[in-house]
Amino acid sequence: MRRTMGVAAASAVVVLAAGCGGGGPQSSGDQKLTGDKIVLGVLNDQSGAYSELSGKNSVAAVEMAIADFTAKYGDKAVTKNITVETADHQNKPDVANSKAQEMYDRKGVDLILDVPTSSAALKVADVAKEKKKLYFNIGAATTDLTGKSCNKYTFHYAYDTYMLANGTGKTTTEQIGKNWYILYPNYAFGQDMEKSFSTAITAAGGTVVGKDGAPFPNTSGDFSTFLLKAPNLNPKPDVLGTMQAGAELVNVVKQYNEFKLRDKGVGLAVGLMFLTDIHSLTPAALAGTTYTDAWYWNFDAKNREFADRFQQKAGTRPTFAHAANYSAASQYLEAVQAAGTDDADAVVKGLEGKTVEDVFLRNGKIRAEDHRVVHDAYLAQVKPQSEVAEPWDYVKVLKTIPAAEAFRAPSADCKL
Amino acid sequence: MSGFAQNTFNGLVSGAFYALLALGLAVIFGMLRVVNFAHGAFYMLGAFGAYVLLSEAGVPFWAALVIMPVGLGLLGMALERAVIHRLTKLDPLYNFLLAFGLTLILQDLVKLRYGVQSSPYETPSLLSGSVDFGLFDFPTYRVFILGFAVLLCVAVWWVLTRTRIGMVVRAATERPDLTRAFGIDVGRWVTPVFGFGIGLAGLAGVLAAPMRAVNPLMGADLIIVVFAVVVIGGLGSIFGSVAAGFGIGLVQAWGEAYLSNFPLVSQTIVFVVMAGVLLWRPAGLFGREEAPA
Repeated sequence: MRRTMGVAAASAVVVLAAGCGGGGPQSSGDQKLTGDKIVLGVLNDQSGAYSELSGKNSVAAVEMAIADFTAKYGDKAVTKNITVETADHQNKPDVANSKAQEMYDRKGVDLILDVPTSSAALKVADVAKEKKKLYFNIGAATTDLTGKSCNKYTFHYAYDTYMLANGTGKTTTEQIGKNWYILYPNYAFGQDMEKSFSTAITAAGGTVVGKDGAPFPNTSGDFSTFLLKAPNLNPKPDVLGTMQAGAELVNVVKQYNEFKLRDKGVGLAVGLMFLTDIHSLTPAALAGTTYTDAWYWNFDAKNREFADRFQQKAGTRPTFAHAANYSAASQYLEAVQAAGTDDADAVVKGLEGKTVEDVFLRNGKIRAEDHRVVHDAYLAQVKPQSEVAEPWDYVKVLKTIPAAEAFRAPSADCKL
Repeated sequence: MSGFAQNTFNGLVSGAFYALLALGLAVIFGMLRVVNFAHGAFYMLGAFGAYVLLSEAGVPFWAALVIMPVGLGLLGMALERAVIHRLTKLDPLYNFLLAFGLTLILQDLVKLRYGVQSSPYETPSLLSGSVDFGLFDFPTYRVFILGFAVLLCVAVWWVLTRTRIGMVVRAATERPDLTRAFGIDVGRWVTPVFGFGIGLAGLAGVLAAPMRAVNPLMGADLIIVVFAVVVIGGLGSIFGSVAAGFGIGLVQAWGEAYLSNFPLVSQTIVFVVMAGVLLWRPAGLFGREEAPA
């Protein structure tokens, strides 16, 4: 009996010694990835209003990032075992909450990506904080992610309401007209957008001559009351700023054209618009409309090269959300490669304050203060139909908004 | 003044859609005692059908205006024969569930093929201008919708009150058992009436395509209000549903225009009206209490 124990103890010592000594700093790398693999989780809308602008094609973008990473590092990669988990949060905060927990706890997900819809996005931030796991938000707009709801494990990657309002509100006021009429959907996102826009417009020397919160969801699909009111306000607005999104934006724009507001001297500015929205409305319906874009696929050769590869895989051109998912997944993998571990705290340390340049992030910087990822944004204008030379090439970039100006300064509300 | 006239006009245009949809629901409920929750899905199919016809076969709006209601009407008749018919003898809940399931299936089928992004549909060029009414000008297309819907409602009213078919339908709607006792074959009118109701929904859908976002969920949003309209007008009351349809369109438009400082009020006004009507007249404004069975 005694002898057996002695043997067991001795073999344990041998095993331990082999484990530690055998590798030195190099092979202890085996221990540094949980489960010896990296799992990326894409949590977004795969069936509803945002499923075209993010959805399954965001998953495709993340898969591209993994393929590119593996090709780049080959045998030197921290691991070749990188997989993607995906789930539909149906834009519901409670579903997002439970899916995020499931991803972190049971699917072994190291990083959650995308998560459009602000209310759902904020829930996932809480889960990330509680589980101490990483979360890069791409699809949601609320500045609360880097404000009062910020935390150590959450990064806000692509855009936010401040970026949209600052770009569109400021530049449109300076270049197109000073008097605004703002129409917004009357719920959290819309109210937030209205406030951000009003602030940006006033700061640029413009005036909000009228604003209305339309019912949300607008069950009648009719916005004519507001569209008729706009040209009759005193003073007459130069610009109608609509904060509606998705199908409601389509309704507003259809009816804006129906009432011929452009002919009556009221231009159109859109708070939040994706490439897919322009596609469904047709450039003809939106010609001349200005908005702020976080990225545009045909902006330069680098973007175009990515867009061509994306099209081969997904069959369509990427929205800025798709490009941002690609970039976020790539930057995470690079950070893990550099740290040699998927330990969240170590990766966060490597990301904070880092300057980044890739297909999506131009002059990019991951701010340490609030985890806002800042980068160049673009003031874009929809081309007239006659200038659309190829499918999906719907806008021209009027101006690049430098990274330093595009986003707000770190908020005092954020305590990481 | 011109603002008020414009808002009123807009309310009537919204009301025209409610009226067309509610009218279909009313005749179906009257004849079959079926609450057709799938009505919104057929409205969506009407709009989507118009889009597909135009984008994939180049069929213009005017042809779609005939093809879609007739096609969907036939589909409705087939559906009535195939399934709805078999469930009418059971608890009404069964048909309600069937219609609900059907809605989900139709929506998802369209979603599967075309996605959720709204599809583009141009206003027909003949109707793309605007009409000057002196006080204000108004998009020609909206004037057309209003005129068309009113004409259609009058035609339905004429058929129901002035023709033999209408007499049978009205009698069967109000007292199916008694009508049968007079030796009238109520059963043979059930299928065409269902098809007609569905056809009206499809027609409303085609009319909506140029001015509303065409996507798989367009009917789901609208149908809730249409049910409120039907309840306000009185379940099964044909005149009531049309009157309530236009009425609710007006109430919504005025609410949005003059109560915009009270968003909660303007958003819920339809349901407040509904609750009020139900308290005051449980059978709806033009409905009749059914005799206890």
